[in-house]
Amino acid sequence: MSYDKAFKMSMYRNMLEQRVFEKAVQEQYEEGNIPNSAHLYLGQEAIAAGVSMALRPDDYILPSHRGHAQILAKGCDMNRMMAELFGRVDGYCKGKGGSMHLAVAEHGVLGSIGIVGCNMALAVGAGMAAKKNGTGQVAVCYFGDGASNRGTFHEGMNLCSIQKLPVIYALENNHYGMFSDYRDMVNVEHISCRAAGYGVPGETVDGNDPWACYEAAKKAIDRARAGEGPSMIEFMTWRHNGHFEGDPDAREFLFRDPKEHEAWLKRDPIVVVRKQLIDEGTCTEDEMVAMEAEVRKQVDEAVAFAHASAWPPVSEVYTDVYAD
Amino acid sequence: MRKMTYRDAIIEALDMELARNPKAYIAGEDVASKMGGAFGATKGLVDKYGKDVVIDTPISETALMGMGVGSAVLGYHPFIEIMYMDFIGVCMDEIMNQAGKFRYMFGGQMSVPLMIRMVGGSTVYGAAHHSQCLESMLCHIPGIKVVWPSTPADAKGLIAAAARDNNPVIVVEHKGLYNMVGDCPEGEYIVPIGKAEVVREGADVTVVTWGLMRHKCMEAAEKLAAEGIDCEVIDLRSLKPIDTETLFASVAKTNKLVIVHEANKTCGLGAEIAALVAESCIDELDAPVVRVAGPDTSVPFSPPLEEEFRVAPENIIAGVKTLF
Repeated sequence: MSYDKAFKMSMYRNMLEQRVFEKAVQEQYEEGNIPNSAHLYLGQEAIAAGVSMALRPDDYILPSHRGHAQILAKGCDMNRMMAELFGRVDGYCKGKGGSMHLAVAEHGVLGSIGIVGCNMALAVGAGMAAKKNGTGQVAVCYFGDGASNRGTFHEGMNLCSIQKLPVIYALENNHYGMFSDYRDMVNVEHISCRAAGYGVPGETVDGNDPWACYEAAKKAIDRARAGEGPSMIEFMTWRHNGHFEGDPDAREFLFRDPKEHEAWLKRDPIVVVRKQLIDEGTCTEDEMVAMEAEVRKQVDEAVAFAHASAWPPVSEVYTDVYAD
Repeated sequence: MRKMTYRDAIIEALDMELARNPKAYIAGEDVASKMGGAFGATKGLVDKYGKDVVIDTPISETALMGMGVGSAVLGYHPFIEIMYMDFIGVCMDEIMNQAGKFRYMFGGQMSVPLMIRMVGGSTVYGAAHHSQCLESMLCHIPGIKVVWPSTPADAKGLIAAAARDNNPVIVVEHKGLYNMVGDCPEGEYIVPIGKAEVVREGADVTVVTWGLMRHKCMEAAEKLAAEGIDCEVIDLRSLKPIDTETLFASVAKTNKLVIVHEANKTCGLGAEIAALVAESCIDELDAPVVRVAGPDTSVPFSPPLEEEFRVAPENIIAGVKTLF
């Protein structure tokens, strides 16, 4: 496919916002401003960008355990996201969800998840709602290679398939489920081969190539919108950091192979696409620098917003248990 | 008043609620079959509403409940049938971590209007996996409501209430009651959630119970009346929230409390009821609280063993008599 400049620059900007945001999360975590932990998306940006560029604003997403960037890529407000990670009152969930439970109802984001893989069952409901709405909406369910071994994968994909629900199962295979290499946890080279068992098209694509991600997502989304049912896409990628911030493997390579890590870093989607866009003459170095400055400013403002936001009043403990 | 079976009262309530609410739908295993589910409690509804509204699912309780939660937060009102209550372990994550928590952990952005019907209790020699009363586990979950109708009228009225509640409401039906015939009002009839019924007024002792045990307690109360002990029998109907007003008023009147439940004794709901009374009106008691409950074992298969396991009127009579 050929894309115009605006599309290409939007794709790069989407990835860049994810990258700069997550780097800021890393810094803020290290400075002690983000309680608990954070599971960063660094290195996987091409997937969320490629998928999001193929989505409509009214589509639904079910983010994974590593979900910040997927949510950001859907068009959510950076300030309110960062405030949520800080546990502040201006966060999307008023500070009651945090990194692992971050939902944005107004953008169709059903929430990142603390129970790995649970969203593959919830996606059936999002797909059912989309189908019943009759508006051509789709639901994208992001999950990792680790989550692919949950029973929800089997039950969810089968039920979506028999009901022809507009769901895209987006598997981000970053090679590691927590500390375990997926190659030790499944006995197939590509997890996408499982889709055939459910009568669902499945394919494996380069998850570090946003154009390939976009094209695969677009095909699956078009199919879902046409009422032809779910698809599964396995995006091959690499987690730059550890499972969580503070994971010693990020620096000490307790279980990852440093050579493999280095090889994947050379395929960093931000670096590759930046060079590609300049080399092919889509934009100039100056335009890139200007965009980078803009994104950095935007993220700096989000961090400042989060710092300035108040802690939620303790009365919030007792609200939102039941709806009226 | 019109007489009908508990089963037909359930079907009528579901029918009326589907007719009333275009966002409502039924889903479960075999609910759209000619059988109308394992207990015939959805019989005929598919003929009236079609397979897009009365949806058969595979034996996939996880995906089924995920479908319920996911579509509920997106504006639908699913009526999910889980068949035997014993199966909730398979979808407990969806109940406990998703249905019960979505509103809270996402800071009130979403509500979860979801009715979950399931069948509890012994009487048909279903043994360990088809007989349990697990209501106290469910009542322990914040964000969930639990009701247990024990008559055709309550079945109709509580299902109507659950179907109009903006929260996850679990309706437990007793398999020993489906063929019970009793009064059932015609037309719109709602039993408010959180309201107990004083089934029999009495002066000497409060007997609080729910489900099938209501009928066992009434049998016991009639026999005890012949011996000069005047029982006040309360059917809680709503197990969460509990109608403490009715409970405390009765204890203040009789000064004695016997709690009867079919579930295992340890950590059964009786413990919570005893604690509520101890916290709020212990001065009203002139004797220890008595619990008559199932033994702390699984439900056995062989008829003489199940019959030993069950709480019978004789057990209730013996429990009451320890106070006189």
